[in-house]
Amino acid sequence: MRPETEADLAEAVASAKGHLRVTGGGTRDIGKPVSGDELSAAGLSGVSLYEPGALTLVAQSGTPVEEIEALLAAEGQRLAFEPMDHRVLLGTAGVPTIGGVIAANVSGPRRIQVGAARDFTLGVRFVDGRGQVLKNGGRVMKNVTGYDLVKLMAGSWGTLGVLSEVSLKVLAIPEAEATLVARGKDSVAAIKALAAALGSPFDITGAAHLDAGVLGESETRVRIEGLEGSVAYRARMLLQGACSGFEVVEGDASAAMWRQVRDVAPFAEKEGTVWRVSVKPSDAPVFTNALSAQGVDHTAIYDWGGGLMWLLVKNAGGDGGAGAVRAQTAALGGHATLVRGTRALREMTEVFEPEPAPVAALTRGLRAKFDPRGILNPGLMG
Amino acid sequence: MEMPTPDATILERKDRIVARLMSVLPADAVIHDETETRAYECDALTAYRCPPLCAVLPASTQEVSAVMKICHEEGVPVVPRGAGTSLAGGALPTADSVILGVARLNDVIDTDYENRFIRVQTGRTNLSVTGAVEEEGFFYAPDPSSQLACAIAGNIAMNSGGAHCLKYGVTTNNLMGVTMVMADGEVVKIGGAHLDSGGLDLLGLVCGSEGQLGVVTEATLRILAKPEGARPVLIGFDTNEVAGECVSDIIKAGILPVAIEFMDRPCIRATEAFAHPGYPDCEALLIIEVEGSPEEIADQLGRIKAIAQKHNPVELRESQSEEESAKIWLGRKSAFGAMGQINDYMCLDGTIPVNELPYVLRRIGEMSEEYGLGVGNVFHAGDGNMHPLILFDANKPGDLEKCEAFGADVLKLCVEVGGCLTGEHGVGVEKRDLMTAQYTPQDLEAQLSVKDVFDPKWVLNPAKVFPLAATQSRRAG
Repeated sequence: MRPETEADLAEAVASAKGHLRVTGGGTRDIGKPVSGDELSAAGLSGVSLYEPGALTLVAQSGTPVEEIEALLAAEGQRLAFEPMDHRVLLGTAGVPTIGGVIAANVSGPRRIQVGAARDFTLGVRFVDGRGQVLKNGGRVMKNVTGYDLVKLMAGSWGTLGVLSEVSLKVLAIPEAEATLVARGKDSVAAIKALAAALGSPFDITGAAHLDAGVLGESETRVRIEGLEGSVAYRARMLLQGACSGFEVVEGDASAAMWRQVRDVAPFAEKEGTVWRVSVKPSDAPVFTNALSAQGVDHTAIYDWGGGLMWLLVKNAGGDGGAGAVRAQTAALGGHATLVRGTRALREMTEVFEPEPAPVAALTRGLRAKFDPRGILNPGLMG
Repeated sequence: MEMPTPDATILERKDRIVARLMSVLPADAVIHDETETRAYECDALTAYRCPPLCAVLPASTQEVSAVMKICHEEGVPVVPRGAGTSLAGGALPTADSVILGVARLNDVIDTDYENRFIRVQTGRTNLSVTGAVEEEGFFYAPDPSSQLACAIAGNIAMNSGGAHCLKYGVTTNNLMGVTMVMADGEVVKIGGAHLDSGGLDLLGLVCGSEGQLGVVTEATLRILAKPEGARPVLIGFDTNEVAGECVSDIIKAGILPVAIEFMDRPCIRATEAFAHPGYPDCEALLIIEVEGSPEEIADQLGRIKAIAQKHNPVELRESQSEEESAKIWLGRKSAFGAMGQINDYMCLDGTIPVNELPYVLRRIGEMSEEYGLGVGNVFHAGDGNMHPLILFDANKPGDLEKCEAFGADVLKLCVEVGGCLTGEHGVGVEKRDLMTAQYTPQDLEAQLSVKDVFDPKWVLNPAKVFPLAATQSRRAG
């Protein structure tokens, strides 16, 4: 099913006889495999409002991300949370939609400074599991009117409702950007350097480290963006302090480095299971060193100053490293999601981090309220 | 404004309930004497008052849990209270309710500069969070104007904002994790020192839920490195329209100041008379602040001034020193006090799309004449968060009601133009009955069903946020 209006979307859900596999552009094949009829929101397309002076944009959920980005770029603006294009890593086809981005709370390297997709979502309209059209939030920057179901919908992967429209906050594209790069650091030294940079007053908008196993030699990257004079000044200050010994890469070359991190592109051609792990930044090297100590063959891209790890796990036995990875999230805190794995692996492994019992009870309760028949992407999140 | 009739069976059981609470708390942490419970009869929405059954001041998560367990068993409504600075009546008790104050939960549990967070007990004041980390060059960004007094617990409950959230976001954007006591006393941890949720975003749901989903006792908050410096510029205009256009042009030019504050003529005059900040006598005033090194500040202010010049300002004053900066902000910060010198006032915080500012200000002016009540506007212009201050005389019969009707009309106008009822103060009791202007019955039912999951017996702050009729069948007490 591919409804083209919100009313038809609501009807499709209301009249569904069985499970629905809710999709946007179909580029993010993540989660436990879901059986059932496909319900695609890709037919709900178009930007209904864009006010550059108010930094707001309202779009139907099936609107292609590239269409929104082109519209914004024409006014010198962008989606500041830098959503990843999963096609690169997952080898999927199709066109990523804005609804998919929000439903999966997809954020890129700049999340460390400006916030996640959920922080830029001002309002949503969605169809719940009964087929009711509901709304929450709006299109203003500050809104505390009632409960924040916008946050609840962002990152719920279509399991609580099917998004029909999203309102977003957008930001200006800065005049200039530069990346400070160092090579050959080990992960402990690199994460320390990134922490020092992030603890400076220079508004770091990217802080990543790529293990030696990723590009042949390890690379530590720090991004700054802003007015031209400001970028030059901040680069100078960082070179004298937290990033001493780094070299400066500017313009398109800098942008390309962050597209690579955003899309986890170096893992695209490499075989293995890919985990996305969120931890306290200084725990990141502890985490990966523990994996090494257990003989888990892996390599890592650290983003968000270490707070986000992309782990490529090879030859880890039948569970794709799940046991070793989850033992570390249990010990250190944080959460791990299996982003790339065979269908068989996703069938047998928890794809999303298992929740402690009291939290799991809340999750179950919310699902039962929003989707009482249990028909929306059932089981996708576990 | 209507509050539920107190449950007589609870009032009758007061002695027993107090005794049970005293069995799990130190004696001085249970306040039940009628002269002393008066201290908790209202928050900063002083028009409405009602002493609670009793008040408790637990000092640990375990004590909060013990209190909740008892109240849950007894079916007694619990009204969580931060520092009592809510402008929306979020901490207004009913006679059959227990006030759960977090004032004794004020420890810093952990500061981690390497990972840029602080973990605190939530009774701690907003400003003292920054106070705990500023020696190391860090700060906590959300800065509600009550920050000297207001507690983190209340900030989380109301998802508080502040003048500088144009750049740094509001509470929900700076909150990483909570320890929360559920209605039945169970303790849950959500989030932590890492970012984002591995499952549903329950943290985002809890933030702004006005103490209805749980009692947050500990919070992990993001801290940021302090900017090298900050400097404001003051720009005066002949009309609100032109000031509004100037704001829009600055934003479109890709400059993101940390704050863009707006005052209209009634507010400018009141403030000038009260605090003498040396403001020009004009129709609209913008205070725009930027941050960075001296060169970066000069660069940004230069661009802002160039844009402002195109709109023929009647005044354009760039601060040249710390003293001048303080003076420019002095007026803005004393605006509420200045209006309070003229009369009693009600402060609203409806939010509108920025481009609707001139229209909404004109309509508020017209309504002011229709109602015969003065109004001053001072607000966060960058994000459309209005703060109309409606003047009335609390001692004049009928004036409060007239003021409330005026306020309701203003908030409905905000919704009509694509905005919302409240941008940072919360719904509380004040805007409870206006929720139907913004949401359909189905939209509201979805929110009520969230509370059903977290608090099936509806003991937590039950008479707030939603119209009483909508919650009648669910509420405890």
